[in-house]
Amino acid sequence: MAANMSLIKNEMPAQKAEIRNKNFKEVTLGYVKEQAIDEAKRCLNCKNRLCVTGCPVQIDIPAFIKEAAEGNFEAAYQIIVKASSLPAVCGRVCPQESQCESKCVRGIKGEAVAIGRLERFVADYHNANSVDKAARPLTNGHKVAVIGSGPSGLACAGDLAKKGYQVTVFEALHLAGGVLVYGIPEFRLPKAIVQKEIDTLKDLGVEIQTNIVIGKTISIDELMNEYGYEAVFIGSGAGLPNFMNIEGENLKGVYSANEFLTRINLMKAYMDNGMTPIQKGQKVAVIGGGNVAMDAARCAKRLGAEVSIIYRRTEKELPARLEEVEHAKEEGIQFLFLTNPIKINGNEDGWVNSVICQKMTLGEPDASGRQKPIPIENSEFLVEADCVIMSIGTSPNPLIKDTTDGLATHKWGGIITEEATGLTSRKGVYAGGDAVTGAATVILAMGAGKNAAAAMDLYISGIEV
Amino acid sequence: MYKIIKKKVLNPTVTLMEIDAPMVARKAEPGQFIILRTDENGERIPLTIADYNREKGTITIIFQVVGATTEILNHFEEGDSLHDFAGPLGRATNTEGKKKVAVVGGGVGCAIAYPVVKKFHEQGAEVHTIIGFRNNELVILEDEFKENSSKMILMTDDGSSGTKGLVTDALKKLIESGEEYDEVITIGPLIMMKYVCQLTRNYDIKTIASMNPIMIDGTGMCGGCRLTVGGKTQFACVDGPEFDGHKIDFDEAIARSATYKPFERMIHDDICKLYEAEVI
Ligand SMILES: Cc1cc2nc3c(=O)[nH]c(=O)nc-3n(C[C@H](O)[C@H](O)[C@H](O)COP(=O)(O)OP(=O)(O)OC[C@H]3O[C@@H](n4cnc5c(N)ncnc54)[C@H](O)[C@@H]3O)c2cc1C
Ligand SMILES: Cc1cc2nc3c(=O)[nH]c(=O)nc-3n(C[C@H](O)[C@H](O)[C@H](O)COP(=O)(O)OP(=O)(O)OC[C@H]3O[C@@H](n4cnc5c(N)ncnc54)[C@H](O)[C@@H]3O)c2cc1C
Ligand code: SF4
Ligand code: SF4
Ligand code: FES
Repeated sequence: MAANMSLIKNEMPAQKAEIRNKNFKEVTLGYVKEQAIDEAKRCLNCKNRLCVTGCPVQIDIPAFIKEAAEGNFEAAYQIIVKASSLPAVCGRVCPQESQCESKCVRGIKGEAVAIGRLERFVADYHNANSVDKAARPLTNGHKVAVIGSGPSGLACAGDLAKKGYQVTVFEALHLAGGVLVYGIPEFRLPKAIVQKEIDTLKDLGVEIQTNIVIGKTISIDELMNEYGYEAVFIGSGAGLPNFMNIEGENLKGVYSANEFLTRINLMKAYMDNGMTPIQKGQKVAVIGGGNVAMDAARCAKRLGAEVSIIYRRTEKELPARLEEVEHAKEEGIQFLFLTNPIKINGNEDGWVNSVICQKMTLGEPDASGRQKPIPIENSEFLVEADCVIMSIGTSPNPLIKDTTDGLATHKWGGIITEEATGLTSRKGVYAGGDAVTGAATVILAMGAGKNAAAAMDLYISGIEV
Repeated sequence: MYKIIKKKVLNPTVTLMEIDAPMVARKAEPGQFIILRTDENGERIPLTIADYNREKGTITIIFQVVGATTEILNHFEEGDSLHDFAGPLGRATNTEGKKKVAVVGGGVGCAIAYPVVKKFHEQGAEVHTIIGFRNNELVILEDEFKENSSKMILMTDDGSSGTKGLVTDALKKLIESGEEYDEVITIGPLIMMKYVCQLTRNYDIKTIASMNPIMIDGTGMCGGCRLTVGGKTQFACVDGPEFDGHKIDFDEAIARSATYKPFERMIHDDICKLYEAEVI
């Protein structure tokens, strides 16, 4: 087969910026079959497989792309799912430019192969065309519990169910999916895709119990001692929002990104029949530069606001996915780089009306290797805003730590685990995802869930012997 | 789904419901709350656990119809089911070691105060209860409070029942008459709690206020319920809902509670129109 030596990727079809910034439908539309095959042909099927080393779960990238190039999309899908439980999700949300695609040899001269877009195409193709329901495996009689239904919990539950375990997922909210449903907006990750993953788990026999807050409704000790779960996986994420502790943060109109996004995504505040209110700001200032900040900004834009993102470093250091930054710019979101808020002002009714910011400059690299932002004296200026969204990170929620004796955690709240297995300081209790690493990525959370599932299987079968 | 076992109208705007929720009932303690959604597209609203029955597996809630969701809830009948019901959330009231307390409740806040009064009473503490309402028509749980208190004072704004005046008047009188409390617990409208705390500060009596800010998840994930206590940001759903009343920034809490006023009024009007249309 003739390789495609084009230096650039097949462009991703997308809704026009000035149209999509007024609706919540998915921004990118996905390749059509011909584009997928054409793009797949750009892969050189390298011996060295550098791309694979860039994927946190080591998907056999050249093998799946080879099948895709030949139009064997179902075969391609089967290769991907050996390593990943959520390809339709990861193909959309992985930061490919710093993972698989950053290592692709085609990227040395020209653009990398669009691995993420191909992964998405293959997964979407499978979801649209495969009719078989997952067969329910024979039960092995063992009960395991999974706490949290984000990507780590879903992956862990899926792998254990496939091995015959009777798995119950406990979710605090009324809907399963974790950040995939309450955080990442519909226009970036349609909720039908997440629902499909959850339905597949149910087909496999996984029971999902929503409205159960572990540590409140039931404790981990009760799960193991009274309810007979032989092992527990904690995938409770890092949902506790951080604030800057600056003056004015509790004014009306100041949100954590979690609150803003939860109201919009989980509670459907953007829909006409949504019962949950959301403030439709005229001028919105989003503080932060990660994926969360981009999502909050683009939601606010879609609700009709003029939006600025305030970030203390430069564009180069933005931690968000490249594609999100590009999309945000196209949609008309302003960026104020090297800028840090120091105070939020309000009016006499207690509503925010502006943010006092300070100009920054980059100094010596800090512990993280990034240049440290340093305030410039007497550089204060005012940014008008009637809504401010704090998007400066989250930490693991202490609820489980506080109610589980002997569960060791770091000072900052992360659960301490054995890296390869996810085993915590408590026998039979495993953990993974953001609850262990702090806010990270979907693919890492998913990988951690899979690793723990394998370890839990060994642990339980070991006891049997 | 969580079935409504019993529904009882307590006064024209306050209703009691007993809900089948065994998992919540197993763990519920006074001072804690639940979050419910009436139906699939519903809002999440927090309501205090007014009572619980571990054997029957039920939770009692008492709510006042103030807006859209409580209006919808009020149209549910015995035998109907609620879509979601999560809890028990928040920290339980710390009743330990207290020998003599005054509990000051206002309006529907009395529903929240009731399980606290009951627990103190069961532990053998001397409980003085002061409950306040706008008028005679709105009085709830009078007998229940009497049964569980050593002293019960009913206040109404217009004097149509009990004594005319504010709950703070009654509390002040008790304190001035020489009653010495280990603690005052106050539950009700923010403005009432603010004045109760101002009063007890003058006498240096430790006071606990049960806060009810706007909530969504109730698990510490959104920060929407945050308030300032002793200069520090606290999340009412996980750090509370009860806090040291002398340290709470009530003015900030009062301002924040009005965030969605216009939206709420609009939705409530729509819902009322909908029910009216159904009746016709
Ligand atoms: C707005 C936003 C955008 C993001 N964008 C991207 C992106 O583009 N690409 C990317 O790779 N990553 C992105 N991330 C990060 C990614 O979503 C997370 O790293 C990932 O979801 C972590 O998965 P998890 O399974 O560890 O936890 P979560 O997804 O956080 O799920 C945890 C679940 O556990 C539940 N839970 C918590 N405590 C309890 C309890 N006590 N009892 C029962 N249930 C409990 C929670 O309700 C939640 O449903 C984004 C995150 C956010 C917030
Ligand atoms: C911990 C806690 C315990 C509570 N216990 C009780 C109780 O036992 N009985 C009772 O009648 N009420 C209680 N409330 C108040 C109750 O939650 C609100 O009255 C209810 O949410 C109003 O919803 P609505 O849609 O009918 O009215 P809306 O029109 O939406 O609002 C009317 C009022 O309720 C407040 N409110 C609206 N949504 C919320 C929300 N999600 N969370 C908190 N407040 C909100 C608004 O600020 C406004 O003042 C409690 C609140 C909290 C936080
Ligand atoms: S899972 Fe993510 S990192 Fe791995 S190949 Fe797919 S897009 Fe790349
Ligand atoms: S490095 Fe790039 S070209 Fe080589 S196999 Fe991987 S995707 Fe294909
Ligand atoms: S209600 Fe969301 S953090 Fe308290």
